[in-house]
Amino acid sequence: MEKKEYLTFKEGVYACIPTILGYLGIGIAAGVVGKNVGLSVLEIALMSILVYAGGAQFIICGMLVIHSPISAIIFTTFLVNLRHFLMSMSVASYFKKEPLITSIGIGTLLTDESYGVLMGALSNEHRISSAWTHGLNITAYLAWIISTIVGGVLGTWIPDPYLLGLDFALVAMFAGLFVLQVDGPIKKYTKETLIVLGTVCVSLYLLMGFLSPELSVLFATLLGCTVGMVNHHE
Amino acid sequence: MSSNYVLLTILGCSIVTWIPRILPFLISKRVDFPDWFLRFLSYIPICILTALLFQSILEVQATGFPKVKTLEALSCIPTLLVAIRTKDLMKTVVVGIITIAVLRIFLG
Repeated sequence: MEKKEYLTFKEGVYACIPTILGYLGIGIAAGVVGKNVGLSVLEIALMSILVYAGGAQFIICGMLVIHSPISAIIFTTFLVNLRHFLMSMSVASYFKKEPLITSIGIGTLLTDESYGVLMGALSNEHRISSAWTHGLNITAYLAWIISTIVGGVLGTWIPDPYLLGLDFALVAMFAGLFVLQVDGPIKKYTKETLIVLGTVCVSLYLLMGFLSPELSVLFATLLGCTVGMVNHHE
Repeated sequence: MSSNYVLLTILGCSIVTWIPRILPFLISKRVDFPDWFLRFLSYIPICILTALLFQSILEVQATGFPKVKTLEALSCIPTLLVAIRTKDLMKTVVVGIITIAVLRIFLG
């Protein structure tokens, strides 16, 4: 891998580029779904600007269309997005010295994807600046807003993103981010790392028999972290 | 759909999504976490990305345990290999998209 820098806003924008493909596919799909349940383009845009969470936005649309009570939609969204709390917990200490407003800015725009890219950079022991992180986050944010608006405007006139394989961009990105994350630990602590990975996969599979995918991710992560912490050797 | 209903939903959802995102940043400014907790936190990236990746190739069933999405799982093989070889996200994503598109054309 070529040497990359993680300091300026512009470098953060570049780091975000691979994730834009993923946002495009899913964002357009989210916009199309929003349009189909009867939201205006303005409402779709507002949801992306204020909620800014891919999976949750699909669920909100699904619940709006069956006229679920507002309280039920809000509570479901809270549970679905609770994993961000874990992500922020693991990122927060890196930005401890930054001013409060900078930290809040970083936390506000934290997503699965930007978190993955950020942690990938951090695990290679790079020094990360807040400007770089803002570049990454704001690019992702704009890509998401724009692609959901495009989906909302074009509605059903565009080819099925599924046929183009665009929905898989997200999976491929998780695969790439997963490798960046696991590469170091699995070489250094092979057995411990495999135990943690196994715990997460088995528990996720079992939990998904009873819970929503999002809650299963949350609990499988908590379990994996607990096993990792208990087994940890310096 | 009444626009008040939609607007209130969006506003409420934005607040409950925002607070978990920023709360840890506020806490970490005031509290020093103990070592065991930092160790726990250090496993979050690995665990959450493993869970997100595995979840995205599983399909929830009406009853019983999830099903593995065959084409998606197959496409993960070259995708992971490229990721391991190149450590380059862009190449990984492009190879992934091409693989799934080809598989869907011929097998889907």
